[in-house]
Amino acid sequence: MIEIKNIEKSFGSNTVLKDISCVFEKGKTNLLIGASGSGKTTITKCIVGLHEVDKGAVLFSGENFSEMNQKQRKEIRKQIGFMFQGSALFDSMSVEENVKFPMVMFSKKTSKEMLDRVNYCLERVGMPNTNKLFPSELSGGMKKRVGIARAIAMNPKYLFCDEPNSGLDPQTSILIDDLINSITVEFDMTTIVVTHDMNSVLEIGDKVFFLYKGEKYWEGDRHDILKTENEELKNFIFASKFIQKLLNN
Amino acid sequence: MLLGKVFSKPEKGSIYWNLIIEEIYALGIGSLGITAIISLFMGAVITIQTAANIEGSWVPAYTVGYTTREAVIKEFSPTIIALILAGKVGSNIASKIGSMRVTEQIDALVIMGVNAPGYLIFPKIVAAVFINPFLVVISMFLGVGAGYLVSIYSGLLDPSEYIYGITYDFIPFSVTYALIKTVFFAFAITSIPAYHGYYTSGGALEVGKSSTEAVVYSSIVVLLINYILTQLLLI
Ligand SMILES: Nc1ncnc2c1ncn2[C@@H]1O[C@H](COP(=O)(O)OP(=O)(O)OP(=O)(O)O)[C@@H](O)[C@H]1O
Ligand SMILES: [Mg+2]
Repeated sequence: MIEIKNIEKSFGSNTVLKDISCVFEKGKTNLLIGASGSGKTTITKCIVGLHEVDKGAVLFSGENFSEMNQKQRKEIRKQIGFMFQGSALFDSMSVEENVKFPMVMFSKKTSKEMLDRVNYCLERVGMPNTNKLFPSELSGGMKKRVGIARAIAMNPKYLFCDEPNSGLDPQTSILIDDLINSITVEFDMTTIVVTHDMNSVLEIGDKVFFLYKGEKYWEGDRHDILKTENEELKNFIFASKFIQKLLNN
Repeated sequence: MLLGKVFSKPEKGSIYWNLIIEEIYALGIGSLGITAIISLFMGAVITIQTAANIEGSWVPAYTVGYTTREAVIKEFSPTIIALILAGKVGSNIASKIGSMRVTEQIDALVIMGVNAPGYLIFPKIVAAVFINPFLVVISMFLGVGAGYLVSIYSGLLDPSEYIYGITYDFIPFSVTYALIKTVFFAFAITSIPAYHGYYTSGGALEVGKSSTEAVVYSSIVVLLINYILTQLLLI
């Protein structure tokens, strides 16, 4: 479980997060939704300490991350899988080396075990037999998927995916959603997924947090969300003409 | 601060060992060509200039060899090579680490729990401090050797006088002095660009900027260190 309590974050005079509190439960896929620039990426980076919060606290399984020293943070971070919005693959390494990297650094697995795990993860994200390619040889969506494979390589306790399926075709998108959801349940992970995609919200949103201009406007599950009375959330959800048409019919 | 992290205890020794070996190849072997070319021309030019200057004067002919040796060993090999490498290796380090910063690759390392400065910077510093003295020794031989070739082929001076000159009044401490300088230079031309790269923020444009700054600052620091060490060691 991850808890954030009253966190605030500004960049210079630009206040990006205003007094946000959320509980992200274990074994559930927690979604952060909101318009572009609403602060979704910033929240995830504050949680893992890439940005220091100005106020408030972040708790991993009840322990205050904000007050930990570097060494304690490191121990927590070894249990975190993080997929970046821009993938952040190591461009001097092949796909295989990228996915293997956290295991090489921190696990005691043999090379054979690591390779098996790499192949398994690549299989799960729908990219088998791409081991020897380099990031520069991959499409944007492929990079994302390698990013996910790298994030899940160590079977993390806490999984963060920043827009895992933006830029993917509908079928691959569903594959990724299913993957994230199933490993979350299977390994009892605390998973936080940032997304714009209403399809994902309705498919895998065990818990959904809606951000609007740096504030939390709404939280609930995927069943409640279509019945919401919150104007901003309604605008967000029903912005798609496609969904409007579906509902009208 | 950054240096503290660079030299803190590594996660897994064997990984660092491999990284250091890789960097020795990249920084050392990769710089062999440019070191050789510069050293040969440097030695040749010093020999020709000295020979031309003393021609027809009362100064003995062996002075040419003596001067070439002193200049190459004490000054030109360590300092010029360091300045050239500040450009070549320095810009490479700063832009590599800088682009990792702006594409969030460093953040990715940090989140995994890797000591990013240690992983990215430490192997480069160690590799340069280890391999640069070898480069400089090679440079010394090539520089002084180039002078010998000049003496044979240019007809400006007698090769045997040159050989006498380069062995005349040789003080081994000159080499030690040059190598001490080299170690300090190697540290400067890797750590300064690494620092600039690590604290890059923004995009591709800033990567270019920090790479330029890195080269300028490390070159200036090389010259400063050179001045300070010369005062300390030779006086
Ligand atoms: N490192 C930074 N320095 C300064 N401002 C930043 C930084 N990162 C984000 N911001 C600002 O914070 C705000 C929220 O950005 P954030 O990346 O969290 O948005 P987001 O919800 O993830 O958007 P998107 O859906 O487009 O990815 C933006 O106004 C952005 O300008
Ligand atoms: Mg974002």
